[in-house]
Amino acid sequence: MRSFLPAFDLHEPADLPDALGILAREPGQWRPFAGGTDLMVLLEAGKLPPGRYLSLWHLEPLRGITVGDDEIVLGALTTYTEVMESAALRSECPLLCRAAAETGGVATQNRGTIGGNIANASPAADTPPALLIYDAMVDLVSVRGVRRVPYDRFHLGYKQMDLAPDELIQAVRVRRGRGNWLQSWRKVGTRRAQAISKLCFAGALEASGDIVHDVRIAFGSVAPTVVRAAQAEAAVRGRPLDGDTIAASTAALARDISPIDDLRSTASYRLRVAQNLLQQFLSNG
Amino acid sequence: MSDAPQVSVECQVNGSTVVLRGHPMDRLLAVLRLQLGLTGTKEGCGEGECGACSVLIDGKLVNSCLVPLLHVRHTSITTIEGIATGDRLHAVQEAFIAHGGAQCGICTPGMVLAAVSLLARNPEPSLDDVRTALAGNLCRCTGYMRIFTSVLQACRQ
Amino acid sequence: MSETSIGLSRPRREGHAKVTGQARYVDDFVLPGMLHGITVRSPAARGLIRRIDFGPAIPWSEFTIVTAADIPGRNRIALIVDDQPCLAEDRVNHPEEPVVLLAHADRQLLEEARRHITIDVAAEPAVFSVDDALDGTTIVWGTDNVFKTYAVARGDIDTALASAPVVVEGEYETGAQEQLYIESNGMIATASPEAGVTVRGSMQCPYYVHKALMALFDLPEHRVRVVQTETGGGFGGKEEYPSIIAGHVALLAWKSGRPVKLIYDRAEDMVATTKRHPSRTRHRTGVTHDGRLVAMDVDFTIDGGAYCTLSPVVLSRGTIHAAGPYSCPNTRLRGRAVATNAPPHGAFRGFGAPQSLFALERHMDRVAAAVGLSPEEFRRRNFIQTGHTSAVGQVMREPIDMNALLDRALTLSEYHAKRARFTEINPALRVRKGIGLASFMHGAGFTGSGEDHLRSIVALEADAGGRVKVLSSNTEIGQGTNTIFAQIASSALGVPDDVIEIAPPDTATVPNSGPTVASRTCMVVGKLIESAAHSLRRDLEKVGLEGERFDVETFRRACAEYTTRFGTLRATARYSPPPGLRWDDETYTGDAYGTYAWAVYVAEVSVDTATFETHVDDFVAVQEVGRVINPVLAMGQIEGGVAQAIGWALYERIVWREGRMVNAEMTNYIMPTSLDLPPIRVYFEERPYAQGPWGAKGIGELPMDGPAPAIANAVAHATGTDPRALPLTPESLMALMETARV
Repeated sequence: MRSFLPAFDLHEPADLPDALGILAREPGQWRPFAGGTDLMVLLEAGKLPPGRYLSLWHLEPLRGITVGDDEIVLGALTTYTEVMESAALRSECPLLCRAAAETGGVATQNRGTIGGNIANASPAADTPPALLIYDAMVDLVSVRGVRRVPYDRFHLGYKQMDLAPDELIQAVRVRRGRGNWLQSWRKVGTRRAQAISKLCFAGALEASGDIVHDVRIAFGSVAPTVVRAAQAEAAVRGRPLDGDTIAASTAALARDISPIDDLRSTASYRLRVAQNLLQQFLSNG
Repeated sequence: MSDAPQVSVECQVNGSTVVLRGHPMDRLLAVLRLQLGLTGTKEGCGEGECGACSVLIDGKLVNSCLVPLLHVRHTSITTIEGIATGDRLHAVQEAFIAHGGAQCGICTPGMVLAAVSLLARNPEPSLDDVRTALAGNLCRCTGYMRIFTSVLQACRQ
Repeated sequence: MSETSIGLSRPRREGHAKVTGQARYVDDFVLPGMLHGITVRSPAARGLIRRIDFGPAIPWSEFTIVTAADIPGRNRIALIVDDQPCLAEDRVNHPEEPVVLLAHADRQLLEEARRHITIDVAAEPAVFSVDDALDGTTIVWGTDNVFKTYAVARGDIDTALASAPVVVEGEYETGAQEQLYIESNGMIATASPEAGVTVRGSMQCPYYVHKALMALFDLPEHRVRVVQTETGGGFGGKEEYPSIIAGHVALLAWKSGRPVKLIYDRAEDMVATTKRHPSRTRHRTGVTHDGRLVAMDVDFTIDGGAYCTLSPVVLSRGTIHAAGPYSCPNTRLRGRAVATNAPPHGAFRGFGAPQSLFALERHMDRVAAAVGLSPEEFRRRNFIQTGHTSAVGQVMREPIDMNALLDRALTLSEYHAKRARFTEINPALRVRKGIGLASFMHGAGFTGSGEDHLRSIVALEADAGGRVKVLSSNTEIGQGTNTIFAQIASSALGVPDDVIEIAPPDTATVPNSGPTVASRTCMVVGKLIESAAHSLRRDLEKVGLEGERFDVETFRRACAEYTTRFGTLRATARYSPPPGLRWDDETYTGDAYGTYAWAVYVAEVSVDTATFETHVDDFVAVQEVGRVINPVLAMGQIEGGVAQAIGWALYERIVWREGRMVNAEMTNYIMPTSLDLPPIRVYFEERPYAQGPWGAKGIGELPMDGPAPAIANAVAHATGTDPRALPLTPESLMALMETARV
């Protein structure tokens, strides 16, 4: 343990209103702490900023999966295991379940949460590309009430979020009715399990006849945030899925993403493989 | 240093009620080893990657290096020391001995807990199920083959 | 009476303790009044230490602080040329070099204190690659940056190359590899001028540590005691480095007067301790049109890091193995180990041989292609055979049948059918398939005269209750030492296994039977145990114990009677070289090893052309290792070695920045998980070796040698590329495939 524990506090609020009250009274003084699968790693490595952390793990209102008519609501503390075990998510949001299944091992899946995966704001997180496919909305709660933000506008830049210092992620809402879309998910990690993504692809499209009606394409680890590939999508939407469309879309993808060299891979590999995976997905459509 | 936050946390460990004291963010791994002397739980990486520190909390497999003390209040924790019943080893433990599932032994407690947790969820796992369930527990000695055999044989007990 | 237990899969002796969590590793011990230790390290790769600042925020008077000035004896780690200081004095030669040691009761405060020490280094030019080391512009070691060279030639290489009908050249590279034992390094010491020094901890070689501590503290043998605790994997990584940690922790204990524990966390273990030597090998091979080798010119270079440490010995084994299991009339093997400003590279399973054999076995596929032969047929025409002479002049006297191993491996892997089918279907596949092989050998025991110099000794001691204790300094590190030693001793004595106890390796009580390295434990030390057991049995004949096998009660009565009449019942055996072996240290020729294990491995892979990822789908390992003492343990050794080699071949990449590993965490240094490995199918041929216990040879390192070239050859088959460097990451394969496409 390289951090100096006395420089930290981890406080357990009585309930959600108490937690929100603390955040409102001392905005910016507290950082939320959920399952610990990211923050405890940083603590061990001496890289967690010292200060006060607010434990959310016991807050029941932030738990549970609710299936509504048009959407499925995941409490922020929903674990990867709970995502994988949800029959509704398995049939309607299979990519989210795949992403959860390929995040860490069983032990991480039992503690890691969907809210934490979003709030950690890593561009390499695996569930966010899947969330983008299902037009996810994020509910942000504070003493001021609940604010709902489309997930594709939540991440503003590297580790920057549309999240006020007094707000918590309360829930994530994903759209139902995509079960019949063609869907594909592929994580390219350093190995088959327990890997941080070199890149992560999620795609879904709805076509009738030859024409693509609607499409979602999202990537992780190829930009400062997880991204929807707007230009690659535009090149496909309303067009027949032929060789020209596919070539235009993969070419457009290069303008949607800005991969870099890092410890795990290279910019040129990420670009090439992102294009290959997109091409493969569209070709199978 | 006297103003460092401290908590007392009551929980069950291997069936006994205990009160653990310490910094709320201290790692469960360290508390189990130092306060309770349960040194069967091993530290391999401290970053949730290797699984040597696996324990069960309320029946769920977790990496104890990533669980802060504060989070185990009113939970029931099982460590490797709580897997055998008296002198009677768990079928997984017997199988690890019989089939060469343990070599250097440092990953073994975590590996046994991961296997026990799998069999509790899925009493008749396929080889693929076993591979998936153990993917968070790294072993550098065995190449995993004899661990797979051990777990599959344990189901037949 | 039952038969001996040789060839039976006796369960691991310490298995019960390991599966219940009762086995005690070094970090599991807490001594009264114990302090914790920590190491403060060099921030720079090379330079002069200007000053060491202790920041004002820390109550330094509470700390024990040790620098090089506190060393009572010689500030060197005693090993081969003794160039490595225990603590840097006026200069540093690699990043993370130990400079200051601290001890305190509060581990948290220690970490905080470490952050408040600043080591100010006036940086000097440094060297970070083999090419820069050989270029000689910056000299960082000796007069030429070269720790050691070897050159051995047979025949007339220059003439043979000049006249060879076909000459194939190639250059091959391998990267560093972290041992990644799951138990990180650690030691506990108690020490004082009155009581001497006692160190316990995780290690392979108690007497290496013992020797290093004697020099460091200037103490006689009996004032230094080293005890191995249960050790969570070593793979070479706990061969030489533990001497440094032992020195550090003992210095802290010596100065503080308190017991001190020093445990590396994973990040420190990865960034500061040894790794497999990176290598570069150049081949020039002359061959006839019908595929007979006529000339092999091999130039093998390894990067030793900043200090010499074990590099000469690693280089020696790598150089000797560089010509592989082939016969060739004209050979020249040249090897050199060079200095760079990285932490010293060190022992790791295979000890240089995996590096040179990767180059060779990848090269052999290319030579085969150049003369239009299949990889297997080309090898068949050139395998070394009994009566042939090796590249270092060893006349092979033992039976060798590489063709039988090859046949069996090809059959078990369905090699021919798969090779043909994959070649046919690949053009239409997104995920392409390939199959490749490697044939190789590994010399068992120390190289050349090494065992003669060691003169290992073991003892067996029986008490009046009929219990027999095996006393050796060879350690159980997961490979099964305890279990096979008991099988060997009991079988030689003619008693049940449970009569045998294995004494804990403790230099106060066990003789020096040498280090636990070099695939020598079973073959060399096991043989000594067998001899000592025979000698003990002869002693018992004096009290009328006769026959082949004895039940516990008969044996106990004999022991009781012996001890009553003659006193202590103890037998020892000391190594003497097998008859007829000769080795010349000057010319580096002769019988390099008493015997070799031989093997043919086949790897089947898939390569995803969208992501350039390689996965090993099936693996067949066929080897001849003499008699197998314990099949389950032996198969576990092979499987584990193959898994490490798959990691080295495909996944494990160290990212270096100015001599420092920057991906020093398990999240970013990628070893295989349970989902990454293929079925590893292990088969033994058993040809008993007369000089091994019940015919056993060494097996520990062998499985590290073959998988990487077999995999690279399979990838070459799948993709039509020509991989020359390890690890074969998706990024590097992408580059190869894009080049090939142009």
